[in-house]
Amino acid sequence: MKYKFLEHTADMKFQAFGKSLAECFSNASYAVVEIITKDKVKPIIKKKIIIKGKDNESLLYNFLEEFLFLLDTENFILSKIENIKIDKELELTANVNGDNVKKYKTITDIKAITYNDMFVLEDKKGYKCQVVVDV
Amino acid sequence: MFNMELKKISEVEWEIPKEGKMNVPGRIFASERLLIDMKKDDTFKQIMNVAKLPGILKASIACPDAHMGYGFCIGGVAAFDTLNGIISPGGVGFDINCSVRLLKTNLTFSDIEKAGKKEILHSLFRSIPSGVGRGSELKLTKKELDDVLRDGAQWAVCAGYGMKDDYIYTEEEGKIKGANPLDVSQRAKSRGMPQLGSLGAGNHFLELQVVDEIYDSKIAKIFGLTKGQVCIMVHCGSRGLGHQVASDYIRLMEEKYSWPEYDRELVNAPIKSELGKKYFSAMACAANFAFANKQMITHWIREDLKHYFPNIKIEVVYDVCHNIAKFEKHLIDGSEREVLVMRKGATRSFGPGRIELPEKYREVGQPVIIPGSMGTASYVLSGTKKAEEISFASTAHGAGRVSSRTSARNNIRGEDVKLSLEKKGIDVLAGSFKGLSEEAPEVYKDIDEVVRVSHEAGIGNLVAKLKPIAVMKG
Repeated sequence: MKYKFLEHTADMKFQAFGKSLAECFSNASYAVVEIITKDKVKPIIKKKIIIKGKDNESLLYNFLEEFLFLLDTENFILSKIENIKIDKELELTANVNGDNVKKYKTITDIKAITYNDMFVLEDKKGYKCQVVVDV
Repeated sequence: MFNMELKKISEVEWEIPKEGKMNVPGRIFASERLLIDMKKDDTFKQIMNVAKLPGILKASIACPDAHMGYGFCIGGVAAFDTLNGIISPGGVGFDINCSVRLLKTNLTFSDIEKAGKKEILHSLFRSIPSGVGRGSELKLTKKELDDVLRDGAQWAVCAGYGMKDDYIYTEEEGKIKGANPLDVSQRAKSRGMPQLGSLGAGNHFLELQVVDEIYDSKIAKIFGLTKGQVCIMVHCGSRGLGHQVASDYIRLMEEKYSWPEYDRELVNAPIKSELGKKYFSAMACAANFAFANKQMITHWIREDLKHYFPNIKIEVVYDVCHNIAKFEKHLIDGSEREVLVMRKGATRSFGPGRIELPEKYREVGQPVIIPGSMGTASYVLSGTKKAEEISFASTAHGAGRVSSRTSARNNIRGEDVKLSLEKKGIDVLAGSFKGLSEEAPEVYKDIDEVVRVSHEAGIGNLVAKLKPIAVMKG
């Protein structure tokens, strides 16, 4: 399983999983996309992103927030993440492919990523994170 | 699940006694029925956490529509001493100045029917940008955006969108003072730039309504509301700009002050600190963006409806903030002084005599506008002296959710929501069926019960009930 949605009264809450931290984060970004649209987004526009964080949680927050920023400023909606890497200094680099959101049927907007109930954990199976987004 | 014993003050008022690190007690305005849902999630824990913040005065308050949020609960209100108190983005929310404007018209329901209700709704849907990634055609320069952030609805009126009375009948006259655009990041500005003059998505909406019932005819007359009259309600906020301001300052405050061990979302800064002042200024900028946003939407509604009704008159009843921090004067230990009030999903409820109100309303108190969920009634209440005494002049802001979007997506079909609304005579246009299911009437609390409690507790008195006839959602 890449990610799953959980119950939350007002907002959207999900957990994402991965063998590595990078895979876990990239699955979290797919959950974010699913909140906005159920359509299959095509990888037409290619970008490279560099994100920094102070700890795993803030890196996750900043990484996911970047997609809200790209959506608001460039109408960019994510399709696929490639070559995602997180180095020891907690700098994340990735190639992100996506398309103009106007071509797709959207469900709702995400106002913000929050720290509410957020965690990033490592266990035997790999990594697991939990995020609540404000919609 | 919350198991602590509440102290009953009255049928509609309860106290969480002070314990542990709480500086003040918690105070909840709710009926036993409304308490049931509040107990199911973390609402009470959040009320208690807010009570632990430095400089909080009197009580950590929850309005009748309270439910779990982040930091403050939604429906949470707290006032802080300006000398040793704090300001927190978690007490305002991400959608800064998410707010509601009520417009009254000189039309009746039959006027709308004759002209074609569906057609009018489609026409508004075309004229007013809504939905994800859909901004307006407007191209602002950097300088213009700064003017919007500084002057709010007053900027919009000067730029030709509307008239002076529109902002006179808006909280703070549509412009919160102390807004310095330099305190807003470039990132926030670039998110706001393409979005001014758009409704957005999620729970934001534009609704055509008819005044269905008048409870207080004297006050309704002063507000300009009569039975059978068509009104228009606009609910939206500061869009991506406000969301980014909140995220930016959460980050800055974390770096400078870290966060309280009981809740990361209650990260804060002293009101008197440099960062606290900067956050207030940036928040005011975002609030002004929201005021300008609704002012432009008002203008487009007028332009659009003129095609159908050349003699139409559309006036603002009032425009109220739901997510905001304000410096206001309140009575503390018998003497009046300035405090910082944070309302997170709550409406200001100033009673008669307040100098902040437009002259016309000063005799009876301000209009308090409480939107229902999609397809249910909305209400206009009047602010009270009692609210000033017991709830820092605050009352409910809406119905408040009771069930999750996830379960709504899985269990409710948007198509069915649309059909059942149409059976009730309510036309709906939305960006998507899925989005419609997330906002289905059954995922919200009973608005009738919420306003009944407000009235009974005396923190906002019933004036009029509005029923929807057509809804547009992003």
